[in-house]
Amino acid sequence: MLKFIARRFVNYLILVFIATSLAYILGSLTLNPRARFEGRNPPLSQASIHAILHERNADPATPVLVRYGRWLKGVSHGDFGITINGNGTVADEIKRRAGVSLRLLILGTVAGAVLGVFTGVFGAVRQRKPFDVGSTVVSYVVLASPTVVSIIVIQTFFIWIGKHGGPLLPTAGEYDSNLHGLHFWTDRAVRLIMPTLTLGLFGLAFFSRYQRSAMLDVLGSDFLRTARAKGLTRRQALFKHGVRTALIPIVTFFAYSFGLLLTGATFTETLFNWNGMGKYLVESVQQHDVNAVAAVACFTAVLVLLSGLLSDVLYAALDPRVRTK
Amino acid sequence: MSTSPQEIFEVAGPSTESPDASKQESVDAASLSRGRLILRRFFRQKLGVAGLIVLILMFLLAYLGPYLTHWKYTDFDQANILTGPSSSHFFGVDDIGRDVYARTLRGLQKSLIIGLVAAFLTTFFAAVMGSIAGYFGAKTDVVVVWVIDLLLVMPSFLLLAILSPVLSGRSWLWLVLLLSVFTWMVTGRVVRGMAMSLREREYVLAAKFMGVRPATIIRRHLLPNMASLLIVDFTINVGGTIVAETGLSFFGFGVQPPDVSMGTVLADEQNLATVYPHVFMFGAGLLVLTVLSVSVIGDALRDAIDPTSGASRL
Repeated sequence: MLKFIARRFVNYLILVFIATSLAYILGSLTLNPRARFEGRNPPLSQASIHAILHERNADPATPVLVRYGRWLKGVSHGDFGITINGNGTVADEIKRRAGVSLRLLILGTVAGAVLGVFTGVFGAVRQRKPFDVGSTVVSYVVLASPTVVSIIVIQTFFIWIGKHGGPLLPTAGEYDSNLHGLHFWTDRAVRLIMPTLTLGLFGLAFFSRYQRSAMLDVLGSDFLRTARAKGLTRRQALFKHGVRTALIPIVTFFAYSFGLLLTGATFTETLFNWNGMGKYLVESVQQHDVNAVAAVACFTAVLVLLSGLLSDVLYAALDPRVRTK
Repeated sequence: MSTSPQEIFEVAGPSTESPDASKQESVDAASLSRGRLILRRFFRQKLGVAGLIVLILMFLLAYLGPYLTHWKYTDFDQANILTGPSSSHFFGVDDIGRDVYARTLRGLQKSLIIGLVAAFLTTFFAAVMGSIAGYFGAKTDVVVVWVIDLLLVMPSFLLLAILSPVLSGRSWLWLVLLLSVFTWMVTGRVVRGMAMSLREREYVLAAKFMGVRPATIIRRHLLPNMASLLIVDFTINVGGTIVAETGLSFFGFGVQPPDVSMGTVLADEQNLATVYPHVFMFGAGLLVLTVLSVSVIGDALRDAIDPTSGASRL
């Protein structure tokens, strides 16, 4: 088992390295950091533009592979370079932003996955009853909506609640720096509700579809009938044997879905004006900041692979055959 | 136990009852090709047919709808800024005087076309790469699987964002190409698995030993045998690419300025959405309805092609 995980881990590390390198090289080829400094008022001299770009290892005149080598040397010491604006290192920026995104992603994913699995199981067990039909319709609509549309609908809904006597939740920002002490933290927790709901709703829709389908496959199986025959109650048989088996295919979807959730987080952070990694991705591409693009790519790849590793471990925990192999 | 011998007899063969009818039946079954059978099963499903009707209506709306109004998507009506829907402006006017109806339909045209073309290309790439990996196996397989793994590690949104500067000043067809290059992987895996089992079949082996070239075997024997999977996959991809394109264009990483798509329309209007819902909600509603109809069609098609598949239990 440990050997299995170790082998997967090494494989994943290589993939992270290649993915990050690919992002750096692609970014160096397509982005144009020079454009940031040209056409400024007052204009910068060609020599100073060159000096700035050279200092930030972003001079298009240097061959891509030379820049890549220099960047790689820094990365091996944990140094992801300076931002294109020159106001600090990319690593500092990532440290500031990673927590914001992780909070959102972990809460959203866990809430979405857990609720999605339960919704799927109950939908399958009570097939074609009102709950099943309702959850199916909702998840179809959620999966058909671009994240932008879901967010606007959620914001409109909460504003409507606020207008009709309910609590008015702030729709933008991650925290309010004017507040102090306990108020600061309660305000911060309240601000989590809408963005988490956005991601959680997507996760709920996504996982409930697959879980329902997997559960329906299991419900007709012989081993569930055997479990009932040996004297388990319906509930015991369903949870001990049914849900556990039906979870196995879902666990593999978990790793794939994480990429989708990361994309969803980009929209969520932008529209709720959270300064997280997703927003940084958009900003770094718009600002032609190659170092930042590569760092965001590295962060994303690490997260996708951690979720892949997690799904490997869960898979082994659920399916004993994997462990003995 | 409760079925009488008579009933079994009825089901098993109406032939003895009336020979004429049985003749009619067998002729019917023979003339019914697989394609006709699938179509017939498809049209039996109300939800799928409803989806198809909605999709056709969307196409009609997108391409004929603009003739219903005299406003163009480039017009400015400064006198009616932010007014709601009216007989002149069907979906109202936005904050700088543009007719929302005309703009939405213009965006819908592009999004529908991008969805169809990109979905076709995605399925095409998946079919080609998957069957090459599955058919040849060995080192080719290792390389393709490795590429699939690598592309799955990087969310396609990130790669497309990095590559987006390439798009500026180029036609939207480039976007379509990039979208499909970075979204074929999951289907590619499934196709690879099918190709691996198909290559052991007698007819494939026979063709191989007769000296038929691999490209011909793939085209003549492998792909037709996965046609059903590929058709369903195409349908599902239409919805997926429309949503992906909307997301990219929303941030300016997709369709570039002279062109308008649902993504750019929604991006322009989203900051007004909570205050003036009419500016945003019509476009968003049409978009969601389109993607929804496509996914319902996909499910119905899967059932029609393979009645024992999971989706039939909806």
